[in-house]
Parts: sequence; structure tokens; C-alpha cells
Amino acid sequence: MKVGKTKMDWRYIALCCWLASLTSNALADTQYNGTAAFEQRYFLQDPLYPQQPRDSASVFFAPELYTSFNDGQDSVLFRGFYRFDQRDSERSHGDVRELIWSHVGENWEIKAGIGKVFWGQTESLHLVDIINQTDSIEAIDGEDKLGQPMVALSFFKDWGNFTLFALPYFRERTFTGEDGRLRGPIPVSGEDALFESKDKNSNRDWAARWQKSIGDWELGLSYFDGTSRDPDFVTTVNEQGEVKVSPYYAQIRQVGLDVLTIIDAWIIKFEAIQRTSLAQDYWAMVGGFEYTSVGILDTVYDIGWLMEYQYDDRQELATSVAQNDLMVGARWVLNDVDGSEMLVGVVQDLDYSAVRSAFIEASSRINDHWKWRLDAWFFSSDETQEPSYLLRRDDYVQFSLEYYF
Amino acid sequence: MHKQAKRNRAKKGVLLALSFLVATCNIGLVHAQSAEEKGLAIAKERKQRDIGWSDSEADTSMILRSPSSGETERKMRVKSLEVKTDGDKGLTIFDQPLDVKGTAFLNFSHAIEPDDQWMYLPKLKRVKRIQSKNKSGPFMGSEFAFEDMSSFEIEKFSFKYLRDEPCNNLQCFVVEQVPTDENSGYSKTIVWLDKDEYRPFKVEFYDRKGSLLKVLTMHDYQLFLDKYWRPMRLSMVNKQNGKSTDLITHSLQFNTGLTDNDFDKDSLMRAR
Repeated sequence: MKVGKTKMDWRYIALCCWLASLTSNALADTQYNGTAAFEQRYFLQDPLYPQQPRDSASVFFAPELYTSFNDGQDSVLFRGFYRFDQRDSERSHGDVRELIWSHVGENWEIKAGIGKVFWGQTESLHLVDIINQTDSIEAIDGEDKLGQPMVALSFFKDWGNFTLFALPYFRERTFTGEDGRLRGPIPVSGEDALFESKDKNSNRDWAARWQKSIGDWELGLSYFDGTSRDPDFVTTVNEQGEVKVSPYYAQIRQVGLDVLTIIDAWIIKFEAIQRTSLAQDYWAMVGGFEYTSVGILDTVYDIGWLMEYQYDDRQELATSVAQNDLMVGARWVLNDVDGSEMLVGVVQDLDYSAVRSAFIEASSRINDHWKWRLDAWFFSSDETQEPSYLLRRDDYVQFSLEYYF
Repeated sequence: MHKQAKRNRAKKGVLLALSFLVATCNIGLVHAQSAEEKGLAIAKERKQRDIGWSDSEADTSMILRSPSSGETERKMRVKSLEVKTDGDKGLTIFDQPLDVKGTAFLNFSHAIEPDDQWMYLPKLKRVKRIQSKNKSGPFMGSEFAFEDMSSFEIEKFSFKYLRDEPCNNLQCFVVEQVPTDENSGYSKTIVWLDKDEYRPFKVEFYDRKGSLLKVLTMHDYQLFLDKYWRPMRLSMVNKQNGKSTDLITHSLQFNTGLTDNDFDKDSLMRAR
């Protein structure tokens, strides 16, 4: 849970205690691992809003503890996370990414605790993936997630893998604070979140997913009923004339479909969702391909070409930037001892030619324990209606030095 | 009568010539066939002797050596399941380097069709189906290609027996194998197998242009379940770039009770 921000539910504490006691009782097979890293961000332009810095340094620590017992049928996994950010106090935050017990039977499994789940197939956007809230203050790509309290029951059958999720507690999204970049003119007040459900954070959300591999096909169908992980934003002005932006979490029902198929050297990927809420019904999709050329120019290098089209039915209303956009990218894999690779890409808005973003991700090992990483994002937007307009001056380059143990 | 005799003699002569021709042709055919047939027979015997091992679990290291950057060690555990009617199933769990610890690779190898492969990325909790056609690419930056790690299946090659030759103080068959899959990185491989146990002792890999690319040698053969020979060290030397990789098996257990359920996509997430 986010330290010092979210009110802890007593059930939550009880669960943590129970899991902790399980862990301490188990001596069988325990592994301790983790990552620590130093990151330096440098923004290429002056900020739009006062208080925002040109650069920021931060460190994070992510330990992992795993133990199994009962002949490997039971296991407990803990993954913690804490980041300290030099500038943004909101970005200095901690989270229990996972603290989960699992029991495996012959062709079923039950999990209980705080977990992380990934659904989907595409690369540029994860539409179907809905169980975990995005830890959006971590990175702009939205791939960092907050731990989600859950009980999950899975069946592995000939007709596919089926999982039922009970999600008793909702996690609110994290937002950049006043002293951070990559935000709008008024920082979102995460602590003033509004909910459609009268139970607020404790609304009983649930979900189900079926997944099966059939030859060269991967098929997934999912259903979610509960609190939307994507907030809408409500602007209010108080008596002192202060403007406040609060996240509003609606109740939604979402059907998701994800497909992957391999045709010759091509991997075709597709995801689509249909979402229903009180305010609106809409659908969205993302689909494209990945094509890899191996051993280019008589070397051991591989180059993978990626192209994905993103569409959102809400058009102008879309709070998502992916309403009619095309992502084109290339992944260069050196196949060397250090596992060096680089991914570059551009996401072009097809409605507005001047709206686009570009990214670079590169990494390589230094030795068994150390690895460097370079991430860069560039934003271009002159459309005031587009969400990306808020980030138009927030181009940045980030260098990380990671230690694995 | 005289005419008849003459004709008969002529007939006989033609017949003789014909039968001689047929005989030589036959010898030629038998000879040409026998190199391929003998090659195939050796391969079948090799496969036959390896049937019934069921399942295994191995603790392994890869030592990557390069003239410029020295030595690097990879550690991984490999679970294998024999599939009698098709290629075998394999699950590889990486322990080192530490940044990929927990990453797991699941492979369903097939005799003719491309293998089915999945990769599990623990940080994202994501199981990714991957393209197996790219079999010529390096496995974890080593000198082993993905296709070198795949199970030996008769349908993957056309065979040709070349000669007998002594190797490792044993008598060996030398067999040429030409991959049937056009996506293979090799134009051919030449395998040395001992005549007693049909164990490969050396493999030469030739690149697509026909030049010698790599030489693999097998060392420290051990006998398991009184029947199955396994090399505890494989040494792959790249003759073109001077790099080499040793694949060392620290421990190997058979009949560990693995089933299909341990080779399901979802089992990747539990792999530890």
C-alpha cells in the first residue's frame, strides 16, 4: 500500500499478518533477491509551471523474498518497492507490489494476497490489462503497476486456462506532485478521489479470464466488473477560489479480447475492449505486427520491426492519447554477452500531424550485478485539446544504474 | 536352324549385355542408396536407443568465452519431458545473470512444424509467445544457437553416411546431416557417433555459404538408468570469431515425476 497516503483496511492488515506468519513458519526453500537503482532524469526544456525542476535524481529499492513449502505445492512471494525522489515528494513512495500465497493442485491453483497480473498481447498499449492500477508516477509508459489485493482461482483444462478474480480493495492511481514534471498546470489531488461506488475503495470488484493456445494462435477473453482503473478528472473551485483537480473513479463493465498469431516470420497482435459505464459506452482497439530479421548483414544482430494502430471510439472525448494513432518502432538486439538492446519508436497522431511522441529505451549489462539503462521521451503537440499538450515541454532523458542481488 | 542359332546367340549377347548393364546400374543404385539409407539407419538407431527416458531435470552452467571480454557464466535449470509422438518439451529457468533471474523459456519442439515457444518475463508477469522461426539466432548471447538446443528428431534432417573413422579411442560413424528446414542457419552438419553406443562425440556446423562455422565436442559421458548416455560437458567453438561456450551439466535426474502440467504456459509463472 502507498505509505502514509491510503487508509489501511483492517482486513488488509489481517491478511498481511497471516501471510507473514506463513512465511516465517516456512523454512524449506527461501530465496532473497532484488534490485536497487540510481536514476538521473534531465529535462531538455524549461518547465511550463513554476516549482518544476530541470533535473531530478532518485533511488529505488525493490527486495524480493520467495519461499515454498509443502513439497513445492505452496509458496509465498513478497516483492516490495520504495522510491526516494529528490524533487517530488509524491514520487517518493512505497508499495507492496506482491505479497501472495499460492497453492497449486493437479490442474488448479488458488492465490490470495496482494498480486500482480498481466493480460494481453500488444506492445504499444495495454487495453485489456485491467487488474492492477498503474503506478503512473513511476514511468510514462504505464508499465509499472501497484499491488492489487485479490483472491484468484485458476483451472488449467483442455479447453483452456480459466481464472476467477475477487478484488476486494481498490488502489488509486499515483500522480505527480507540485514539484514534479510530466503533469498538467494543476497537480491532481489524489487524496481527494471521488468514487461512483458508495463503498469507495472497498467496492467488491471481480473479473474472469479465459486463455488458450491453439496451434499458432493465442486467444484470450476477459470480463471485468467494478471500479475503473482509469480515472476521469473533476475540476472544482472552492470558496477561496482555489482550483482543484480530483480523480473520479466510475463503475464499469468491460469485455476484453486479445489475440496473437504467428504467420511465417510475422507475429500479429490484437486487443479490443468494450467498456460500459453510466456516462458512456465505448470501444477501443490496438492491433499490429512484429517482424524480426535475424542475423542482419552477416552479423548476429536481430532487428524487429513493430507497427501498431490504436483506435478509441470516443474520438475527441478520449482522455487516452490513443484515439487514432500509429506506433512505428524498431528493436535492435545485439545478441551479445551483455544482452544489449535498443528500442526506438514514434507514436504519431493521425488526426493532428503535429502531435506525436517518440521514445528510446536502451540497456546493457555491465557484469553479473550491474546494468545500465537509458530511457528518453520526446513530446510534440500544438493541439490544446490533446492530453499530450500538457507534456509538450517535458522531453527528458533518464540514465539508470541498476544493481541486482 | 543355323540362322536360328545365330539369332539365339545374338539374343543371348544382348541379354547378357543388358543384364550386365542392369547389374552395374543396380550396383550403382545400391551404392548410392546405401550411403543415404545407412545414414538414416544410423540416425534411427541413435533415436531408438534414446526412447523411454521419460523426463529429466538438470542443473547447468554456460561458460561464455571471448578473446576480448574474457569469461562469463550463465546458470540455468532445464526440465525436459519426452513426447513420443512428437518433439520433446523443455522448460529452461534462468538463475544468472541476475537481471534475468526468474525468466523462463518454454519450448514444445516439433519434428517438422516450427517449435512452439513462450518466454516468461517475471517483472511484468507477462508470458509472451515468441517467434521460433528465428532458430539460427544465438541462445543467451552464447555460441549455441536456439536450434542447437532443440531435441534430435529424424524428420529435421536428411542423412548421408560418409565413412568410418576412429574418434576418442572408439570406432565412429561419420554422418552428414542436411537440415530440412530452410530457416536453419546451417547448410549441413557432420556428426561423429561411436559404433557401440551411437553417442555423438563431435559435430561440425557449416554456415549457409558452406564454410566451417562451429565445432561441438561432447565430453564426460555418463550412463543413466542403465540405458541413456548423457555428456556432462558440451564444448562449442566458433571457428570464425574465436569465441566458445561450454555447457556444463552439474547434476541430472531422471524420472522426477514431471508431467504435461509442468510444461503449461501458466507453469512458467510458477517456475522458480
